[in-house]
Amino acid sequence: MNAATMHTDKIEANDLSVFFRQAQVLKRVALKVPEKKVMAVIGPSGCGKSTFLRALNRMHDLVPGARVEGRILLDGENINDPRVDAVALRRRVGMVFQRPNPFPSMSIFDNVAAGLKLNRVKGNHAEVVERCLRQAALWDEVKDRLGHSPLSLSGGQQQRLCIARALAVEPEVLLMDEPASALDPIATARIEELIHELKARYTIVIVTHNMQQAARVSDQTAFFYMGELIEVGATEQIFTNPREKRTEDYVTGKFG
Amino acid sequence: MNGSLLRRKAVNHLLTGLCALMVLVALLPLVSVLWLVIKNGAAGLSWTFFTALPRPVGEEGGGVGNAVVGTLYIVAIACAFGLPLGIGAGVYLAESRNGLFARGIRFTAELLAGVPSIVIGIVAYGVVVVPMKRFSALAGGVALALLMIPTLARATEDLVRLVPGSLREASLALGVPQWKTSLRVVLRTAMGGIVTAVLLSIARVAGETAPLLFTALNNQYWNLRPDQPTSTLTVQIFNYAISPYEDWHAKAWSAALVLLLVVGVLNLLARQMTRTRLKGAR
Amino acid sequence: MRARADTPQPAAARPRVNRGDRAWGLILSALGGAVLIIAGGIILSLVRVARPVFAEVGLEDFLTGQDWDPLSDVFGALPFIYGTVVTSVLAILIALPVALGMTLFLAEMGPKWLRQPVAFAVETLASIPSVVYGLWALFVLVPWLRQTVQPFLGDHLGFLPLFSGPPLGLGYLAAALVLAVMILPTIASVTGEVLKTAPVAVKEGALALGATRWEAIRMAVLPHSRPGIFGATLLGLGRALGETMAVTMVIGNSPTISASLFAPGYTLPSVIANEFAEAAGDRHTGALAALALVLFGITLLLNSVARLIMQRGQRKLQGRAA
Repeated sequence: MNAATMHTDKIEANDLSVFFRQAQVLKRVALKVPEKKVMAVIGPSGCGKSTFLRALNRMHDLVPGARVEGRILLDGENINDPRVDAVALRRRVGMVFQRPNPFPSMSIFDNVAAGLKLNRVKGNHAEVVERCLRQAALWDEVKDRLGHSPLSLSGGQQQRLCIARALAVEPEVLLMDEPASALDPIATARIEELIHELKARYTIVIVTHNMQQAARVSDQTAFFYMGELIEVGATEQIFTNPREKRTEDYVTGKFG
Repeated sequence: MNGSLLRRKAVNHLLTGLCALMVLVALLPLVSVLWLVIKNGAAGLSWTFFTALPRPVGEEGGGVGNAVVGTLYIVAIACAFGLPLGIGAGVYLAESRNGLFARGIRFTAELLAGVPSIVIGIVAYGVVVVPMKRFSALAGGVALALLMIPTLARATEDLVRLVPGSLREASLALGVPQWKTSLRVVLRTAMGGIVTAVLLSIARVAGETAPLLFTALNNQYWNLRPDQPTSTLTVQIFNYAISPYEDWHAKAWSAALVLLLVVGVLNLLARQMTRTRLKGAR
Repeated sequence: MRARADTPQPAAARPRVNRGDRAWGLILSALGGAVLIIAGGIILSLVRVARPVFAEVGLEDFLTGQDWDPLSDVFGALPFIYGTVVTSVLAILIALPVALGMTLFLAEMGPKWLRQPVAFAVETLASIPSVVYGLWALFVLVPWLRQTVQPFLGDHLGFLPLFSGPPLGLGYLAAALVLAVMILPTIASVTGEVLKTAPVAVKEGALALGATRWEAIRMAVLPHSRPGIFGATLLGLGRALGETMAVTMVIGNSPTISASLFAPGYTLPSVIANEFAEAAGDRHTGALAALALVLFGITLLLNSVARLIMQRGQRKLQGRAA
């Protein structure tokens, strides 16, 4: 359906609203994420950026009182259709969380293989684990202690382990919810490098409160405010020449 | 002025001393029980004490082998019923949010934990002994299982709730269904603590006597059939203790020592597990 | 309602539930529901076994009857209720000051290094099986009472009905003492928790005004802890009422009502323990089950009240903190 355009859109949200009980926290958002690009989502806290991200792999299904309206097309198919299995969807749309959350009861190896093992995927797990740890730029640091507890790793290493874990189920999209907010600057820099490398294979949506980070890692940036999408465009344009006053105020640090 | 200050200080010292004395008073029975069980029980311990059947009064030798096996057997039956139900109910309580049904179950479990064990014995009698028309190991096991379930459920609930929600989310985001997430990620993470709780509850029911008196009853011989009366250490201690024979009194002390060792080892094991678990989490 | 004609039904309103997840949800609810079924089963099976007696004797006559003679089908529960209440209340009167003194000393007065070992000792005390306490009481406590304590009390306080009669050893006093030992850990652990939550600021304020340590405790710690201590007392009482083996071994097994603490008596759990296995027929069994029902009712009531009090205390604390 997008054959005419150069870049096909991987994700297309239409008229997307999210409610928690009576409160509407996301208001009729329409947003396109091009394939194999990095889209940064910025905005002050409580603006709905995390809510938007979690709608993309239907994590709201599990929250009592949460209601999602509107459409999200993934490769042209509406994932909010009741016939779509959220469990299968989440395998295509992986997620990395704000704080590193490796499974403490599993070894480093088992953490990366967790998605495969729990989904009973057959095949050579060792190969997948090595590939994903290499992709996550962690292999050299952990290859000699794959059987150890992930809690023996530093925070930055744990977060890269979580990225490797997400990659192992071979998603097409990677959602990152402030993946570096709990890390020190050096670990943050490594994660950002990693995002650059991963974009060759994956479509990435990253939520961040750090505008420099958004500027460094993303191709496109979307600015959310009070549950609305205010502006979306090429990252450079958003940061140097925003069309909206509110975007300008935010990126120049006048509020938020 | 001065006099009143002196008096106030005197009151302070007096009451501090009194409170200190209470620590000693509280610990006195513990020391006395442990010391006397060891002193009176150790002499009777021997290999045959663990392996032989009881002998009639006046005959030398004999042991409580069948009671040791019987206790293990009945506790195993109790675990077969009690662990899945207790842990399962606990997981249910942790996973279901505070609906009316869940709150009712939680309150019921708390009240059940306070029901005297002898009452539970009568329940097992009504449920198992009456229909089967005989005392049995099964009835004893059911009674002990009923004692395990409420405490185990509450302990499991607390432990599962301690597992961070972020782990559950991480698993779900990998495309793992909820039930597998609960079993393989959440429950597995809480498993160390649950094993500790299980050990503690086994230690507790292994020392129970009252609910076994009219469920498992007693047996002078070996028994591993679930539908037959079965001897246990605790009931054997009771019977020996209230008998008029010196010889049996000595056996009661020795059996008490064995029981204390079993219970003590289980408790220490549980403590040790807690300690290593806390160290691992750091 | 909000959905437009061309949008499909919002997914999250009725998310498709994975088949395994639905089964898992059902299994878990069933396991949770089992707790309710067990509770219902307890009441039902007790009532079923007890029914013959209530039908014949009637509840009121059963509860107030002073004679217990199973062979002639005479069933009165009063001696057992009396014995249970007397021994349990006496046990509380003994255990509460000891537990309170001990936990106060550990929390407020004594050196910190003492806490860990004493906590361990109290845990050990709680883990000793009832029948072992009974053995100890029968062969250690009872002879000591008979030879030392009771003659002494009889000589000096014998004019009181409480301490009259021959020193038998076995009886209410022995049962109450062993119960006190057994409920001490329950009371101590709950009061210990309560004392930990006492507001430090008030205590320090009192100390700064020149109060002695005891005065600071009396003004700041005790008033705050009162509901918790009351709850702990009720929990301990609940345990004491249902405690069976140790009491059975030292109570003396006499279904009579006596004013003297030296006299032998009987309690609800003890008579069930002694007679149930060899009950003479359905009526006797039924009467014993009826006693269990009475016991069940009393403990249920006590435990619910204790929980409510402690919950309310906690809520009050949280309200204050917020």
